[in-house]
Amino acid sequence: MAIKKENVRNFSIIAHIDHGKSTLADRILEKTKALTDREMKEQFLDAMDLERERGITIKLNAVQLKYGANNGDDYLFHLIDTPGHVDFTYEVSRSLAACEGALLVVDAAQGIEAQTLANVYLALDNDLEIIPVINKIDLPGADVERVKQEIEDVIGIDADDAILASAKDGVGIDEILERIVTDIPAPSGKSENPTKALIFDSLYDSYRGVIAYICVKEGSLKVGDEIKMMQTDKTFQVSDLGVFTPNPVSKEELTVGDVGFLTASIKNVGDSRVGDTITLAKQPAEEPLPGYKRLNPMVYCGLFPVESDNYNDLREALERLELNDSSLQYEAETSQALGFGFRCGFLGLLHMEIIQERIEREFNIELITTAPSVIYEVELTTDEVINIENPSLMPEGKNVKEVREPFVQATIMVPSDFIGPVMEICEKKRGNYVDMQYLDEHRVNIVYDIPLSEIVYDFFDQLKSQTKGYASFDYELSGYRASNLVKMDILLNGETIDALSFIVHRDFAFHRGKQIAEKLKDLIPRQQFEVPVQATIGNKVIARSTIKAMRKNVLSKCYGGDISRKRKLLEKQKEGKKRMKMVGKVEIPQEAFMSVLEMNDD
Amino acid sequence: MDRSVYIHIPFCHEICHYCDFAKMYYNRELADQYLDNLNKEMKLYIGEQKISPQTIYIGGGTPTSLNEQQLESLFETIHQYIHVDQTREFTIEANPGEFEEGHVKLMREYGVNRVSLGVQVLDDEFLKMLNRIHGVNDVYQTVNLLQQHDLTNISMDFIYALPDQSIEHFKRTLNLALDFDLPHYSAYALQIEPRTVFHMRHQQGKLHKPKEEDEAEMLWMLMDMMEKNGKHHYEISNYAEKGFESQHNLTYWSNEEYYAFGAGAHGYLDASRYVNLRPVNHYNQALEQGEKPVLHRDKVSLKEKIEEEMFLGLRRKEGVMDGIFKAKYGLSFYDLYKKEIKRLTQKGWIVDSGNQIYLTNEGLMFGNEVFASFLLDEQLYKQVFS
Repeated sequence: MAIKKENVRNFSIIAHIDHGKSTLADRILEKTKALTDREMKEQFLDAMDLERERGITIKLNAVQLKYGANNGDDYLFHLIDTPGHVDFTYEVSRSLAACEGALLVVDAAQGIEAQTLANVYLALDNDLEIIPVINKIDLPGADVERVKQEIEDVIGIDADDAILASAKDGVGIDEILERIVTDIPAPSGKSENPTKALIFDSLYDSYRGVIAYICVKEGSLKVGDEIKMMQTDKTFQVSDLGVFTPNPVSKEELTVGDVGFLTASIKNVGDSRVGDTITLAKQPAEEPLPGYKRLNPMVYCGLFPVESDNYNDLREALERLELNDSSLQYEAETSQALGFGFRCGFLGLLHMEIIQERIEREFNIELITTAPSVIYEVELTTDEVINIENPSLMPEGKNVKEVREPFVQATIMVPSDFIGPVMEICEKKRGNYVDMQYLDEHRVNIVYDIPLSEIVYDFFDQLKSQTKGYASFDYELSGYRASNLVKMDILLNGETIDALSFIVHRDFAFHRGKQIAEKLKDLIPRQQFEVPVQATIGNKVIARSTIKAMRKNVLSKCYGGDISRKRKLLEKQKEGKKRMKMVGKVEIPQEAFMSVLEMNDD
Repeated sequence: MDRSVYIHIPFCHEICHYCDFAKMYYNRELADQYLDNLNKEMKLYIGEQKISPQTIYIGGGTPTSLNEQQLESLFETIHQYIHVDQTREFTIEANPGEFEEGHVKLMREYGVNRVSLGVQVLDDEFLKMLNRIHGVNDVYQTVNLLQQHDLTNISMDFIYALPDQSIEHFKRTLNLALDFDLPHYSAYALQIEPRTVFHMRHQQGKLHKPKEEDEAEMLWMLMDMMEKNGKHHYEISNYAEKGFESQHNLTYWSNEEYYAFGAGAHGYLDASRYVNLRPVNHYNQALEQGEKPVLHRDKVSLKEKIEEEMFLGLRRKEGVMDGIFKAKYGLSFYDLYKKEIKRLTQKGWIVDSGNQIYLTNEGLMFGNEVFASFLLDEQLYKQVFS
């Protein structure tokens, strides 16, 4: 390798969804001739279908690029991509730990968003050099001066020499590349030190075993080296090393500052943990690299296969996903209504949705999902404290001394016109006002302490609709507080459906009970007999509705000999039945299990 | 006997708000072209050798939207390919008030022996809401006209569960209808189909269907009133005096093959179900290039054929006979459906007499549930047939 360690630059890009990170990454790839035009498809880094569809980055990617700088030297860049959404803070901290600098991309018209802020703070925590880039200066609404001011006021970094760019039109890209060379420091490790390489991601390949994405922080690694995982003490022999350019290219050696991949016939997923440090078995390093800021799940839900035969497939799918997403947690759960499945923990709602979609798409397993819930702390009359993450397991009222629920500090950034509506939503969601700051004339940061369960419920949707989509939003756990909470059970035809139980504040219980009874009446199709729907607290019925018995279901129309149409109709009916769960004598469609969530407060 | 023949005439002077069949506004030149192409299509399928089907059915659209000259040319075409004198039942659909004596004379002359009138409802307000072209008075005049010319084998089509229709309202229509004392009646519950005016109104929340309870009540009442007047219920939507059952429709329910000619028509030939091109100009183009105007053709597998034998057969009051089933498929339907038959019998939805199964009135109300039970489980099917 001709390029000296001093000429290596490891960086990532921090940006809010839609602020143009992917386009910028593509322009950088073009400028550095990483890809031939033929290979260049739009937005190379967002490889997963799901990412492309949703326009967000979920999994990290690392690409090695060669850049000939104006000073005549060749430089080696490693661009490590970061997810933009708050639910993926864990992954962001992983990728930032592999870098020395970051490009902060801010939309010239929209300014800084709450989620970007969270990631910038993470980068500052990691001591990264930050280069501000004001993107989309070509937009008619662009206001560069205001955005500069904002970067200084809100983040506290000097924005005087922020780069003005339009990734779409290729403006400012050269300056960005030069500034990466001049502003971002080279990796600080030394090649003669004992080897330390950080695993920042991994995936499983059925032929090669685990493929670990690594960043070499100290020393070097060669093919054939005996390596040791510092957390597990397991040893392996390196079978392949390489970098992404962005296509994988094998190398004999990776040295300080290099970012790439490693395989070593690691068959067991648990032996290559993300965040672990790889060292050499013969000359091990004394201390592992500092791990990551580990995040615990905040939202739980039950995942059940529609076809009970798929239970084992679902477990395998979760094992695979856990491999490079250690924030995903799961344990077996049995529901009377839904059979065998898993209770899974997620960092947030988007994380939950993404995992569900990946299971359905990549593993082809149809899922029934129960409404998400948070973890409640329950102090029993025996003074014992237990955690409840499944509402149906909430102990009976007479054994409970106190129920505590998680609160989050929610930071909502919004144009000042919307202060009223935002505060109204927060108050309605049992929030406590904490703070409000004007960022500039037009925008405010509103801070509220709100129960997480209210956020899980429909906070996002309300915030979006009440602010015409202008609000951006971030939250972090602020602690547990006692609340007057009760468990509500739902009975269909006199039987409690455990998967429909939920926990609700007593003040809202009556209203919510009524809503859900009505909603279920509409969602559950008529059966052969009348089905009473009841919402109960303890043994007390607080709301009821009735699903009337089916009275007629026959297609009389002739369709002029169009038998295929009749057949399709019958097949659809049969298929629909298959997707329903038979609980007792009642057939319940999948949507019903999520119904607790999707209610309009009107 | 050769296979039955269906011919579609897609033209109408007015488009009904509920209709989703292949149809378009009548246009004289286009209708002339269409009739030429109909002739070409029949030639492609039948050739020079005339066939002798048991039934012919001209449906629409509105066959009586054609002028006399065109109607005659249609009949000429039919006679060119079919021995009509050997046909047992030759039906034409007709709109009340839309045709004159000349049309009726042509029908008689060319061997039509059954007329199916699209009456739908006997209330001028409701007819207007459906965008029907006729009024109640036209119905009386048309029946008279037909009977004067000795066309007495008349059927009337009705639609019930119309928007805002009450049970009482439907009863009035039924009473008026039965006063005609015709040999055959059909009644269909309104089905709101995509790409219709009704569908659009329904989406907008401007159309209110009767409650499911009321619709069920209407069907019970309909069955009761028909039976009391000697029109026995021989198929889910059809009622007739003995000997006047529509032979043509029975070929569908008996799972037999049939020819279909015309735009958007559905046929069943050589173990394949097919549908013709639906837009009239596409249909015309194909035939002008000498091609069969088929949009789509599906081979019916043995499994599907068996399922259809059951769910179509059960639409008939007499149901499905195991003897006929055995003769067709070489095994008993109990080999395939023992469990389902037992379940449905216990529910009181079908009667199992040991060699025949048929719907009860209760089962008829839930016909789709019964029919769907006869879609075969893939594994079971393989087991029985391996």
